[in-house]
Amino acid sequence: MSAGANQPEFSPNTFTMDGIEIPFKDGQTLMDAALAAGVYIPHLCHHPGLTPHGSCKLCMVDIGSGRASSCTTPAVAGQQVSNNTPALNEARRTLTQMLFIEGNHLCPSCEKTGNCTLQAMAYHLGMLEGHFPQFFQRREVDASHSTVMLDRDRCILCELCVRASREVDGKNVFAVAGRGITARLIVNSPSGKLADSDLEIDDLAAHICPVGAILIKAHAYEIPIGWRTFDLRQIDEIGPEKVIQARVGHTDD
Amino acid sequence: MTKIRIATTSLAGCFGCHTSFLDMDERLVELLEHVEFDRSPLNDIKHCGPCDIGLVEGGLCNADNVHVLREVRANCRVLVAVGACAINGGIPAMRNHFGLGACLEESYLNGIGVEDPQIPDDAELPLLLDKVHPIHEVVRVDYYLPGCPPSPEGFLSVLGDLLEGREPVLPKKLLHYD
Amino acid sequence: MNSVGRTERTEPLNVTVAGACAQSRHLLEVLCILQQQLLHLSDQTVCAVSEHLGLPVGQVESVVEFYSFLYKTPRGKYHILFSNCPSCGFRQDGRNLLHVLCDRLHVVAGETRADGLVSVDETSCIGMCDQGAALLVNGIPITRLDSVKIMRVAERVETEVALSDWPAEWFRVEDNIRRSGLLLKNGFAAGAGIRAALARGFDATLAEITRSGLRGRGGAGFSAGIKWALCREAQGTAHYVLCNADEGEPGTFKDRVLLHSHADAVFEGMTLCAAVIGAKQGFLYLRGEYRYLLPQLQTMLTHRREVGLLGNHILGQRGFDFDIEIVVGAGAYICGEESALIESLEGKRGVPRNRPPFPVTHGYLGQPTVVNNVETFAAAAHISLRSSAWFRAAGTEKSMGSKILSVSGDCSAPGIYEYPFGVTMRQVLDDCGARDVQAVQIGGPSGTLIGSAEFHRTLGFEDLPTGGSFMVFGHERDLLAMIVNFAHFFAHESCGFCTPCRVGTTLLKNGLDRIANGHGTQYDVDEMKRLGILVKQRSHCGLGQTAANSVLDCLHRFPHVFEQRLAQDSHEPCFDLDAALEEARRITHRDDAAAHLD
Ligand SMILES: Cc1cc2nc3c(=O)[nH]c(=O)nc-3n(C[C@H](O)[C@H](O)[C@H](O)COP(=O)(O)O)c2cc1C
Ligand code: SF4
Ligand code: SF4
Ligand code: SF4
Ligand code: FES
Repeated sequence: MSAGANQPEFSPNTFTMDGIEIPFKDGQTLMDAALAAGVYIPHLCHHPGLTPHGSCKLCMVDIGSGRASSCTTPAVAGQQVSNNTPALNEARRTLTQMLFIEGNHLCPSCEKTGNCTLQAMAYHLGMLEGHFPQFFQRREVDASHSTVMLDRDRCILCELCVRASREVDGKNVFAVAGRGITARLIVNSPSGKLADSDLEIDDLAAHICPVGAILIKAHAYEIPIGWRTFDLRQIDEIGPEKVIQARVGHTDD
Repeated sequence: MTKIRIATTSLAGCFGCHTSFLDMDERLVELLEHVEFDRSPLNDIKHCGPCDIGLVEGGLCNADNVHVLREVRANCRVLVAVGACAINGGIPAMRNHFGLGACLEESYLNGIGVEDPQIPDDAELPLLLDKVHPIHEVVRVDYYLPGCPPSPEGFLSVLGDLLEGREPVLPKKLLHYD
Repeated sequence: MNSVGRTERTEPLNVTVAGACAQSRHLLEVLCILQQQLLHLSDQTVCAVSEHLGLPVGQVESVVEFYSFLYKTPRGKYHILFSNCPSCGFRQDGRNLLHVLCDRLHVVAGETRADGLVSVDETSCIGMCDQGAALLVNGIPITRLDSVKIMRVAERVETEVALSDWPAEWFRVEDNIRRSGLLLKNGFAAGAGIRAALARGFDATLAEITRSGLRGRGGAGFSAGIKWALCREAQGTAHYVLCNADEGEPGTFKDRVLLHSHADAVFEGMTLCAAVIGAKQGFLYLRGEYRYLLPQLQTMLTHRREVGLLGNHILGQRGFDFDIEIVVGAGAYICGEESALIESLEGKRGVPRNRPPFPVTHGYLGQPTVVNNVETFAAAAHISLRSSAWFRAAGTEKSMGSKILSVSGDCSAPGIYEYPFGVTMRQVLDDCGARDVQAVQIGGPSGTLIGSAEFHRTLGFEDLPTGGSFMVFGHERDLLAMIVNFAHFFAHESCGFCTPCRVGTTLLKNGLDRIANGHGTQYDVDEMKRLGILVKQRSHCGLGQTAANSVLDCLHRFPHVFEQRLAQDSHEPCFDLDAALEEARRITHRDDAAAHLD
């Protein structure tokens, strides 16, 4: 799944994003091209190398008078794309607030705090509060597995774990069931429990979760709060995928 | 020069935000040249008079929290929700994962070390809400100062802006939820 | 995780499951059969199905939880679902028929009675809006409900009368064709369209369809001819034809009538499409609410095979092989979206795909696929028989031909009306006997809300496009209640894939409830607008992109319906404070003044 293995033919195509000219290779999405050019587009459900999903909508951009998700939209030469605009960032902040209030994101009690992409996104967008009334949904916790735990309260349904398991680990540990606001992450095992799945600690699926929904047990506080990834840097300085890659030794390019 | 009058209160919180406020140490002395305190656990004044700013720590877990919050809101021109609990329920809201009945039974009937098991029903006690709620779900909140707790610099930043008559804008490096 | 199978059944579970799996190769159909037999799909059933079909448990589970008509906990032997469409609705003359039935049967809506006999709930519009209030009992519609009939239903449930012994008249569904045009007036002999195409040649037939200007009748209005041509050109190991008979838009029931009384034209249109694009296999995706039409449609397919209109060498033409299979949905409006429909057909949750690629190149099983609406296929068959010129003679420049409308609501003659495109709303209202009209919802909840000042506007792609729903709201109607109903519909039907729609439709629903209940303030109204625009602009598919239309339209055209409900206080709590103390009052047996909040 590494992009280096199969470099598409170079063609002198470019589009502009917020006035900056960005080159792209045939078949690249706006997101791929922008990240390759070092331009940050906010994203939560995207991870280079995995099939683009297009569900979180944080990566929304405007193309002329049209709108698109940059992680799923192929780049086209000459396009004029707006990305880092006050209006788009405000809409992104509202979406981030939606993700916070739909789940139960009590950061002070969460092991992921400081390393969490959702939280870092909220910082990046200057979100001070969830704004909407909390849904306080009750979701199941699965602590059955010896080394990995699943706290659905914090799941944002990005399906990164679903795709990582299928596309990289060659397994099929996770799926999303149900619909609408009751949609939930399920484990593909007869009991529905992680312990009965073939998830292993070295699987990418065990590490890719951008939030504190899939956690590795017994390592939570090795790095103290205040010294974690996003305590030291902003999310737009470091793509979240780099964090995961650093952690599991997956490299890209 | 008349001083800016501030009320503070702690609802369903841990007083951590208040403690952090006091952590501004010597800067407090300077602050006190510009502000004075109305109702606050810091001076033990029990009821609120007209104020410029209200700082509310903690969410709403019982009927008393609601009464206090309403009193503070009614008397303060500007209300600031301070800390994770006021903003989204925080740690106390972890009980929302369970029913109120289950929580009370675990605490007063079945829990380890419970003697004379009975759920308190004294009319003196404030009755619990079925869930812990953030304060903006009950009153209008003007500004938010997140953190668990917010740093002293966070308090100084927001109060500094308000004292100067500016919209508070929390610098990014002071924005954290933990 | 618990749940045991029904005790009455003695057959071992995996025998039952094997039986269901033998009846269909489609996961959804297998699950529907088992739902009917076992009254729910327990964890054991899910595991057994996954083993029998060789599918991951997670996939079976995810499908079970997606569709409204599949249940994880047992439903009653009599499972009754009231259509909650605002047009026909079960709230009648101040009486809530659902409550009447629940009271009579001592059952709580949404729950199964302790003896397992009956369960009562509501469901999204079942497409019987011209037949009065309606319900589904074990999937079969009963129409023209009133409280007398509800009492009789209750009696039969209580005394366990078999459905086959209930009065047949109750189950009658009228066509109610009030005005016939191009498609409904002209008869159509089975095979006539195919014969004409064979005589003309398939290339020429495609040209004829393209020249007719026929645009999709299901919503987006894409040219049928161009779609077929694109699909024909697309490379693939097989090509497929899908007929979208999911008709889930509340207030729409014209496909029901076409399938009931004009199915030959529909099947023939599919067959023509197959001939043009080179498909061997077609599917008709029938919404679960129309399952009662299935036996009749199967009989027609059998007959068409017998007379050489389906199967190998259709009408003796070597290599012209095509057959049609009917797949039935299970209660999910989103499965009307073409890529979600394809996912559903593939045995998955009905979640819309990312586009590009489009179904014409990567559709069913990743192969080139045409998806068209029922009415589009019927029109294509007529065009093949009668020519493009005949079709173009009706309608307007950008909207050729006719449109079949499903008229419901406050009018004296609800039913099916076929007009040439370009007809004014005023004309339709006059014809259906609607007087004193406050507003019309065109194209269903996802469409446009129009007030009386604009009844001169015309139906067609130039002005007001519509899939066919035409809901009339008289002056007595509480418009806000309609908007609230729609908001509930979208929140219930959102597939949950993308953030703006999954969370946004629920926020809209909650906010509108709050306003309707008199607790909203101007702030809430402004929030509805801000949220509505976000959901509309940023959602992944047409469901989310249209979910806020009705609230935005209503804010724009009827702002007073919001304003007159607003609370005086500048800020009302987001939840009922006193109700939030109820549990504690109960546990502590307190009811003193301090045990209440206002
Ligand atoms: C939420 C949603 C529901 C839809 N439901 C239907 C439907 O019930 N029937 C239908 O024909 N098209 C429906 N459509 C439109 C289809 O996606 C597709 O455009 C149509 O079936 C194409 O056929 P046509 O070109 O003949 O209209 C729906 C679209 C959306 C977004
Ligand atoms: S997952 Fe992230 S946002 Fe959610 S509680 Fe944990 S740290 Fe906070
Ligand atoms: S568990 Fe984590 S990775 Fe998986 S869907 Fe939820 S948020 Fe995404
Ligand atoms: S807009 Fe709604 S229905 Fe469409 S993909 Fe998003 S969540 Fe699903
Ligand atoms: S990153 Fe594009 S939609 Fe999530």
